[in-house]
Amino acid sequence: MAAQTSQAQFNANLKKYYSFYTGGFILFVIAIGILEMLGVPNKALGYMFLFATILLYAGIGFMSKTAEVSEYYVAGRRVPAFFNGMATGADWMSAASFIGMAGTLYLAGFDGLAFVMGWTGGYCLVALFLAPYLRKFGQFTIPDFLGARYGGNIPRLIGVLAAIICSFTYVIAQIYGVGLITSRFTGLEFGVGVFVGLAGILVCSFLGGMKAVTWTQVAQYIILIVAYMIPVVWLSAKNTGNPVPQIAAYVSALPSVTALEKEFNNPATEKGAREESVRKIFRERVATADTQLKGLESGGAAFLAEEKQKLEAKARDLKAAEPRDAKAIEAADKAVADFPSDPAKAKAAWTAAKTAAQAKTAPVTPHAEPFPGKDEKARDIKRKNFLALIFCLMVGTAALPHILMRYYTTPSVKEARISVFWSLFFIFLLYFTAPALGILAKQEVYSNLVGSSFASLPAWVSNWAAVDKTLMSIADINKDGIVQLAEITIGGDLIVLATPEIAGLPYVISGLVAAGGLAAALSTADGLLLTIANALSHDLYYKMIDPNAPTVRRLAVSKGLLLVVAVIAAYVTSLKPGDILFLVGAAFSLAASGFFPALVCGVFWKRANRLGAIIGMVAGLGICMYYMYITYPFFGVKAPLWWDINPISAGIFGIPAGFVGVIVGSLLSAAPSQAVQELVDHVRYPNLDLATDTTLH
Amino acid sequence: MQLTARHQEYWNRNLKITSVLLALWFIATFVVGWFAKSLNTIEFIGPLGFYMAAQGSLIIYVLIIWYYSKYMNKLDVEYGVHEEDE
Repeated sequence: MAAQTSQAQFNANLKKYYSFYTGGFILFVIAIGILEMLGVPNKALGYMFLFATILLYAGIGFMSKTAEVSEYYVAGRRVPAFFNGMATGADWMSAASFIGMAGTLYLAGFDGLAFVMGWTGGYCLVALFLAPYLRKFGQFTIPDFLGARYGGNIPRLIGVLAAIICSFTYVIAQIYGVGLITSRFTGLEFGVGVFVGLAGILVCSFLGGMKAVTWTQVAQYIILIVAYMIPVVWLSAKNTGNPVPQIAAYVSALPSVTALEKEFNNPATEKGAREESVRKIFRERVATADTQLKGLESGGAAFLAEEKQKLEAKARDLKAAEPRDAKAIEAADKAVADFPSDPAKAKAAWTAAKTAAQAKTAPVTPHAEPFPGKDEKARDIKRKNFLALIFCLMVGTAALPHILMRYYTTPSVKEARISVFWSLFFIFLLYFTAPALGILAKQEVYSNLVGSSFASLPAWVSNWAAVDKTLMSIADINKDGIVQLAEITIGGDLIVLATPEIAGLPYVISGLVAAGGLAAALSTADGLLLTIANALSHDLYYKMIDPNAPTVRRLAVSKGLLLVVAVIAAYVTSLKPGDILFLVGAAFSLAASGFFPALVCGVFWKRANRLGAIIGMVAGLGICMYYMYITYPFFGVKAPLWWDINPISAGIFGIPAGFVGVIVGSLLSAAPSQAVQELVDHVRYPNLDLATDTTLH
Repeated sequence: MQLTARHQEYWNRNLKITSVLLALWFIATFVVGWFAKSLNTIEFIGPLGFYMAAQGSLIIYVLIIWYYSKYMNKLDVEYGVHEEDE
């Protein structure tokens, strides 16, 4: 009874605190807005946002400091469903979701929706197969469950390894996002940005572990959702007259985008003819690059020298000609200076030029068309990969330790179930807005930017083109003074970053968006780092190396490891390793193949035993990593694909392998002991009087 | 420890609702995804195939989880396996 009143009181207090907090944050944004009107420079405003929010997270982290094991690992198991939902939302939505998602949808159209469906539908699997049962089990980490259910240290150890592999891959992508945002909005160098962000991550989790991370994540969710919604709603109201973007995008923006796509692709119309003239120039460039590449193939270095002489001759002729054309001379000199110095460089440069031009020669792909391709076979491959990617992302969602861990923190099984609902609800708010933003941005570009004159480009276009060429580059290819779609190159991240300016909002909102992106990246990185540190300190050190370690030492080890892992992760990030989207996708496929079969069979199949779990996890992870290794170009093996499945969806082979491994291994060896079978019953029923109680707290 | 027949019945009902909702999840994801092109010929707040992948299926996911938590929390009480503190 006493526990009940205090939990109710606790909930009421939480609501009060976070209402005050939200109000305070809005006042803070308004205050910055006033400073902006008073003429404080943008850079100063950016710093204020950055430091105020990091200070805030540090404050929450400091107030949540704890020396208690259950508070450090599972926030004392008293996080109400609603707040755990928000924390999971922030834990879940990374820099890739916040900044990248809408842009991916802008660029990829329908096929990009695999991410939207995959990253939401996975929660159905979390709710149906795992969350309530893990909560009933009620220990600290995911390897804990593997260890108790399958017995012995080997399943636990494989669990620790799998948790570290997928979380570490994922955390690199997050810290990268932190570095990018801090450097963009404050002008600090990328490497410095990474370490400033890292400090932000550590102040949240160092003192208070899961408790601190949970309450910071709730605060971060509020910031990120407000920051995402304001510009989109504004843009929608401005461009369509309807302030509900999730409806306006489909009823008014998408039809106008589709109509314009048809015009662009029809040379008989005025816009279509202008697009065609640009595409023609790009086709010529492809042909030129082709001839050069062929010449290089046969002529080698001699051909290269010859080509260079031609360019130098052209520059000389221009200089001799009357009247002097200063611009042309400058361009010709630049062409000579930029000319590749050896055949290898020439090949790389010309191939890149060819690919870039090639992309611009094709007609516009209709935004809403699923699986566009040149023939039936190409379309079929796209459809297969679309569905395979969705499957891997969903199963991966239901297997990522940093998400599953969150359901240990609710007060009861009942709350855990409700909490999955709130988690998906809060995630859904952002995910069903992103496709709408993609369409609204496309409408803006297609109907307002295309057809405008180069002499008077919209301010947001020239601003971003000046800041970063990879995000926005625009050039008058056919020299008609008017912007054509094929003359614009947009980087995906631009969409969310530039929305406030497109919608005509003041700079304070751009600062808010940056703060939101930072919150998204920091909150995910926090959860991941904690998962890694806990797997090492709790599972490896306490459970396997020194089960008699006193509490103080366990927490000290945990905090020490957190620091070490964070610094290693930041160091790896500062080396800027490859493709972020692939890293993220790989983490999902790995988690799905390694954990999902063993976890689900652990609850739903009593006969599953230790040998099965070991074989299942090793087979799942093994097949998944092997397929990535032989097919992902980075590793250089370049083996043919299996059934045309892309390496990012390697889990499609790893997951079945995992299940087969669990089943075969289990049937080959004896059924698990009576005690283990009773443990399975214990997790299946929220309250089973007869069961042995494994709940420690 | 021996489970009663009633305990067994609770678990069977849990398995049943889990399978039904899983089937719904499968339809909303893979059937809708596979037939996206044909669905696009139907107009419903934009082309239906696109709408489902961008919004419709997501709403179904939220409803699946909401219904499951409601159903199971009631089932716990009905079979007397609910937690006491609540």
